[in-house]
Amino acid sequence: MAGGIGLLTVLVLAGFVGYEVVSKVSTTLHTPLMSGANAIHGIILIGAVIVAGRADSGWALAVGLLAVVLATVNMVGGFVVTDRMLQMFRGRRPEGDRR
Amino acid sequence: MTPVWAQLGYLVAAVCFVLALKGLSSPRTARRGNLIGAAGAALAVVVVLASEDLDHVPAVLGAMVVGCVVGVPAARAVAMTAMPQLVALFNGVGGAAAALVALLELGADGAAGPVLLGAVAFTVLVGSVSFSGSCLTFAKLQELMTTRPVIPPGGRVVVVVAVAAALVAAVVVVLTGQLWVGVGLALLGLALGLLLVLPVGGADVPIVISLLNAFTGLTVAASGYLLGNVLLLVAGTLVGASGTLLTRLMASAMGRSVAGTLFGAFRGGSTAGGGEESDRPVRVGSAEDVAILLGYANQVVVVPGYGLAVAQAQHALRELADLLAARGVRVSYGMHPVAGRMPGHMNVLLAEANVPYEQLVEMDQANGALPSTDVALVVGANDVVNPAARDRPGSPIYGMPILDVDAAQAVVFLKRSMRPGFAGIDNSLLYDPKTTLLFGDAKASLTSVVAAVKSL
Repeated sequence: MAGGIGLLTVLVLAGFVGYEVVSKVSTTLHTPLMSGANAIHGIILIGAVIVAGRADSGWALAVGLLAVVLATVNMVGGFVVTDRMLQMFRGRRPEGDRR
Repeated sequence: MTPVWAQLGYLVAAVCFVLALKGLSSPRTARRGNLIGAAGAALAVVVVLASEDLDHVPAVLGAMVVGCVVGVPAARAVAMTAMPQLVALFNGVGGAAAALVALLELGADGAAGPVLLGAVAFTVLVGSVSFSGSCLTFAKLQELMTTRPVIPPGGRVVVVVAVAAALVAAVVVVLTGQLWVGVGLALLGLALGLLLVLPVGGADVPIVISLLNAFTGLTVAASGYLLGNVLLLVAGTLVGASGTLLTRLMASAMGRSVAGTLFGAFRGGSTAGGGEESDRPVRVGSAEDVAILLGYANQVVVVPGYGLAVAQAQHALRELADLLAARGVRVSYGMHPVAGRMPGHMNVLLAEANVPYEQLVEMDQANGALPSTDVALVVGANDVVNPAARDRPGSPIYGMPILDVDAAQAVVFLKRSMRPGFAGIDNSLLYDPKTTLLFGDAKASLTSVVAAVKSL
């Protein structure tokens, strides 16, 4: 990645993608959207794993591991709760369309 | 440097996240989308463990297991009515994790130069705000504390001072890169989060959850910049953009600006209402009266509100709707965007009771149908049907789009008492001659109406 400008480009484009994708979400699904987006930012777990794995003191390791725990709660809990909500959204499907 | 295959793995994960959000455009594809997102996240975790040269791997894996042990049961056990609290809490811990990551990078001298240090300062400050703000939101929603706006002692002066101090500390972090300044910045961020959320009234809390969600997204994006990790950057930006959009949609659904939501209490007259009862005459009906109105109607629009959720009455409501449908009554649900305590919360609660989502009608469509509706059945809602929002420019909720239930031939309110709603504003529709009131807990009332309809 070509340093700062490359990352900035990604940032701006991702912003537009996020805005466009979400503007098509129906109000019916706003709560799952919020909790789904919430789960996605749990990906900070990647950052937490990296800093915990590079820790060079006991103190840094402890803080890093705390960050890993918190991020995992955010990510895993977020996806599970979103799934629980979404499985309730069953439409009145025509008979025979049931899985 | 991250190897190419790992970068490709991150790219796949980022695409999964976009697909996860895109899947939410329809209830049919939403669940699959969420699973794709979870798969992307799992892939990213495998990639980071395999590609980075990491120490302490067993401890890291152990920490992840701990996180799962905490997060999964909480997510499985939570009642659908308590969903907003849980989302707020998950959001808060995500913000805290981002702030800790940035502090560690600062401590390890991983950030050099003003741009990276700027990213550190941003992540630490906003992550801390998001954490303490979310915890306070949780306390308000869980009703561990008052849901009314609380103006901190010293009022806006304290807030201005805290903001100024935080900005100064952020600048010092950028200039010096000292860890202890970073820790101080985090503490200021925690205080600021509390100060920002305290003055927000209960009715406006949904907007705040959404806003804090966007904040956490932005901190994740900033920490992605800091670590040079494109996946964090993309995922954080997606959430930041979507959270911002959602916050604005919510705010306009409530007829107020985002700034007005946050700082309205300082100006007075926001959601802090009087709460006194009026002694004008009202028509109180029995369950049998309501059953006759509903049972012989052609078209009924149900307007559910948070009172329905509190009473756990969604199943009783569904039973009533099924019974009416069997009698040939057309039943639909008029959904106000902010009914419940989170955008779209009411839809989730009704979905839990197996109400087909085709029957859930959005506000504009419901308002088109209401003039030809025989009975509007308002269950545990008040402010979202209050004509004052349309007719009385002086009212605190003036400008908020409402469901025009007063256009229907008859209106039935199921209410616990004559007390005004969350916003504390008297509703003139309650005194209208075409309105019938049935007092009591929503579940008990609905159950007795169901029994009465059965015996018609």
